[in-house]
Parts: sequence; C-alpha cells; structure tokens
Amino acid sequence: MAISAVSATTLREAPPPRRQRLLEDERWLAFVLLVPTIVLLGMFIAYPFIRGILLSVTNSRVGMPGDFVGLANFYKIFNDGIFRTSVYNTFVYTGVTTVFKLALGLWLAMLLNRNFRGKAFTRAFILLPFIIPTVLSTFAWKWMFDPTFSVLNWLLYHFGLITGRINWLGDPDLAMISIIIVNIWRGVPFFAISLLAGLQTISPELNEAAAIDGAKPWQRFWHITWPLLLPVTMVVVLFSVIQTFADFQIVYVMTGGGPANATHLFATYAYQIGIGTGLLSEGAAISLAMFPVLFLVVIIQLLYIRRVEVR
Amino acid sequence: MIEGAIWRKWVFFYVPMALFLLFLLFPFYWMVITSVRPDGELYRPWNSINYNPFWTWKPTWDHVRYLFEETLFASWLWNTTFIALASTAISLVCGVFAGYALSRLNFPFAGSLGSAIFITYLVPQTLLFIPLAEIIRNYRLGDTPWSLILTYPTFLIPFCTWLMMGYFKAVPRELEECARIDGASRWQAMLYIVIPVAIPGILSAGIFAFTLSWNEFIYALVFLSSPAQKTVSVGVTSELIRGDVFYWGPLMAGALLGSIPVAIAYSFFVEHYVAGLTGSVKG
Repeated sequence: MAISAVSATTLREAPPPRRQRLLEDERWLAFVLLVPTIVLLGMFIAYPFIRGILLSVTNSRVGMPGDFVGLANFYKIFNDGIFRTSVYNTFVYTGVTTVFKLALGLWLAMLLNRNFRGKAFTRAFILLPFIIPTVLSTFAWKWMFDPTFSVLNWLLYHFGLITGRINWLGDPDLAMISIIIVNIWRGVPFFAISLLAGLQTISPELNEAAAIDGAKPWQRFWHITWPLLLPVTMVVVLFSVIQTFADFQIVYVMTGGGPANATHLFATYAYQIGIGTGLLSEGAAISLAMFPVLFLVVIIQLLYIRRVEVR
Repeated sequence: MIEGAIWRKWVFFYVPMALFLLFLLFPFYWMVITSVRPDGELYRPWNSINYNPFWTWKPTWDHVRYLFEETLFASWLWNTTFIALASTAISLVCGVFAGYALSRLNFPFAGSLGSAIFITYLVPQTLLFIPLAEIIRNYRLGDTPWSLILTYPTFLIPFCTWLMMGYFKAVPRELEECARIDGASRWQAMLYIVIPVAIPGILSAGIFAFTLSWNEFIYALVFLSSPAQKTVSVGVTSELIRGDVFYWGPLMAGALLGSIPVAIAYSFFVEHYVAGLTGSVKG
C-alpha cells in the first residue's frame, strides 16, 4: 500500500517511538523476551515449591487450611513402614533399571552404529516405546502380565519352562521385577539413541588405527569408545536417574503400589496419601522427601556440564 | 565393518538386533492384536488347549465401536490434542524468546538465570503436584483444559529454551550485524533474520514438546475430574476400569488409538525428533 511505503520512509527520519527505542537497549529487550518465561515458571514452579514447603509443615487436609505443626509430618513419615519400603523400592528401582538401561542401551547403540540396510527405519521403530504415552503402553504390559490370561505365562509354559501359572503382579518381588522390566523397556530407546549420537561423533579412524596396532575389539571398546563416550553417558545417566527416581506412571498402572503397598515409590505413595486419602500436608512432605536426592543429582550435573564447558 | 565369517555376523549382529526389536516392539503387536480380537477369544485361560494367542481369524471392530459409542473417547482425543497443541505453542514462543535472550544478549544475571532455567528443566512433575493442585484450585482452573495448558509449559519451556540456545549460538553474529547496518532494529533482526535460520531447531523443540505433553499423566490425573474433560491417558485409566474389572478389549483399542496421533506426528519428523532428543541431553 502507498501509505505504508510513505510512512516507512518518514519513519526512518523521525526519531523512533519510545517503545522501539527501549527495545534497542539489550537489557530491555532481554527483559521483555524473558518476562513470559519467568512469569510462567515463577507461578507454576517456584511458587508451588514454596507452597509445598509451607504445606508440609502444617496439618491441612482437602478443604481445611490447617495449623503449623513443625516437622511433625516428616517425623511421622520417617516412622511409617510403608514410607520406608517406598524409599527402599525407589533406590532399588532406580539403581537396577539404570544399570540395565545403560548396558542394553549401549549395546543397542553399538549395533545401530553399523551400516546395514533399513537402518533409518529400524532406528525410527526402536524409539516407539519412548514416544508412545507411557500409561497406554504400560497397560499393554499389564495385560501381558495378567494373572489369568498372561501371554508370557503361555510362552513359558509352551517352552516347557513352567508347569503352573506365575502370578506376576500378585507377589511383592515378582511385581517389583515386572515394573523394573517395563521401565527398562521404556528407557532403553532413549539411552540407545542418545548414545548413538555420541558414538557417531567418534572418528572411525581412531578405531581403525588401534585395530592396525593389534588391539582386540574389547580393548578398543574399553580404551577408545568408552572414554570418548563418557561425557554423553554421564548426562544421559543423570537425566534418567532423575526421571526414574521420580517415576509415577508405570507403578501407578501396573500395581497401584500393591500388592499390600509393597511396590510404592515416593511419587505413588505421595499420591495415595495426598490425593487418595486427602492428607495434603503429609503427601506434600512425602513428595518433598525426594528433593535432597534430586538436588544432589542436579548439582552433580551442573558441575559436570560446567567442567565440560570450561575444557 | 564386520570382519570374519558369516556366523559371526549372525551371532554378533542379526540375532541380538532381532531380540532387541522383539523386546521393544512386541507390546505394540500385543496391543494391536488384542484390540481386534473378540471377547470370547480374549478371555481364554493361558493354558487352555489349542489356543493360539498370537493370531485371530475373527477380527472385530466391537472394541473400537464400544470406545466411541459407550465412552467419551472422542472428547478425550480432542482434549489431548487441544491441550498438547496449545501448551506446545505457548512453550515455543516463550522458549524461542528466552533462548534468544540468554544466548545472544548481554544483560546482568544472564548466567544465573540460565542456570535457574536449567534447574527447572530437571524438576519432575511428581515433586510439585500436590501444592500445584491446591494452587490450581485457588485460581479456579480445576477441571478445565487451562489447568494443563498453563502448567505443561513448566516442563516444556526449560527444554525448548535449552534446545534453542544451542541453535541460536550457532547462528553467526555477522548475519545479525549486516541486518542492523541495513537499518533493522534489534527486534526486526531477531524476528526476520535469526529466528528463520533456527527453524529446524523450532521444529525439533515443537515435535518433542508435543510428544511430551501428549505423554503427561500425573497433572492430568490430579487436576481433571469430570469425564468429559479428561485426556486420553486419564480417561482410559479411570473410565475403562470399573472396580476390579478391566475392559481389556476397549482398553487396548483406546491405548492404540490414543498412540496413533503422536506416532503419526513423530513419523513425519523423526529426524527432528531425534535432533531434539539428543540436543536435550547434549546442551
């Protein structure tokens, strides 16, 4: 339009309006750009965090504000047998799954790092367990572990490995093993694809040179691939530890914390107490009890990233 | 690449790869076969004779029909799509702006603000859901899609910001300076020069954010209560299980249909998704 062309030329001469002058200042522009993020994160992370701490030192329930009770909630949960079981479970769950996810993920990444037909296709399919909503895929597993109609029992029976049924989710230890399997299943693709990206940055010439010098495949892995992959491995493991430590979905669907509260994690127990029975403050205390461990992992991660950046 | 005899190739490559694929993909096959299998075949004990659990000769649409006629599955699908798209859009705008500011502008406290956003990236939803539920209730957002559209960005924005910072750092400064010499304001240079160059990053962040919000469960479970407002994951969990009775056919059909939209979105942008995934941990 003619008018806009004219105004564009006149604008160049006229001093820009105040608003635009402010945006020319780097500090103001940065402020304007960061406001939406700071507002949202402040309202829904920083504020709830403070509310959570305040909530955990009162005795409020749903619809009741409650009074200050100091550390009574924490005192109560530390003397609660189910809470202790959930702490133990969470550490076992995180530890065992992380080891398996790392080992299997690294193995799968090394397989994918070769050249073969259908590689892109395979890689796309391998990520499916990570893409598909966890709750929905966990239902498929729950159905596979069903006490009466389990396809796994069918397989084991027809291979002659068992004679009677295995009640996967009815026994505390087997139930724990079942949820560990599901978590490994969901996490392996994430490890594999992230580690594959790390492997691809390692120059194949290094391996070839070592092979010419007579290094065995195992030696090549241990002295070349593993040390060069370590930065990526560290970050992937720390990420996964946080996610697994705070996991909720798999246990909620598979066992709901049962049988007899034997498979609770921090998050599922906090949900049961805080939302299920409405003891908000006690639930908040259970959730917050995760914080020291998460905080430690985050600190390790921040220090590690800073060290890598400095180098 | 693979040296030695043919059998080595089988032992060290084909067999392990096939086992991995079997382990990773079997649950999806099981989902598909269950959702088209008639009830009469589904509920046959695992040790009954002449029973082949892996195939059916009488596929049925009953479970899908049940889902759409007897439950609010269509609304759940729509709710999930709307919530995922809206929260992704909000997070992208915030993340692109914040990423630009943190990676290309000089201002006080830039470093500590960057670290703070990185820390919120690592805050799991399960740490804050109880106080958040109270806050959502106080803001009168409970049982509305807005309770999720406004809270999902808390785990999406840090990720988008983090990813976009990486992309923006790679854009050469000269590009922006040229535009400024030609008379563009800072704002215009950002909008028309730097952001278009980073479009692959925006796509990666977008597709990753979309799958993450489609996947979210605990906030949706706690904040939504009426059946018509629920998302797919929560609806399937709460409406297809009555007491101890699991409606396995519709459950699996619902799980399958609830996965398809996100799988399609993923299949179009696999490369961008992988870039987002690896970028999310690389930093």
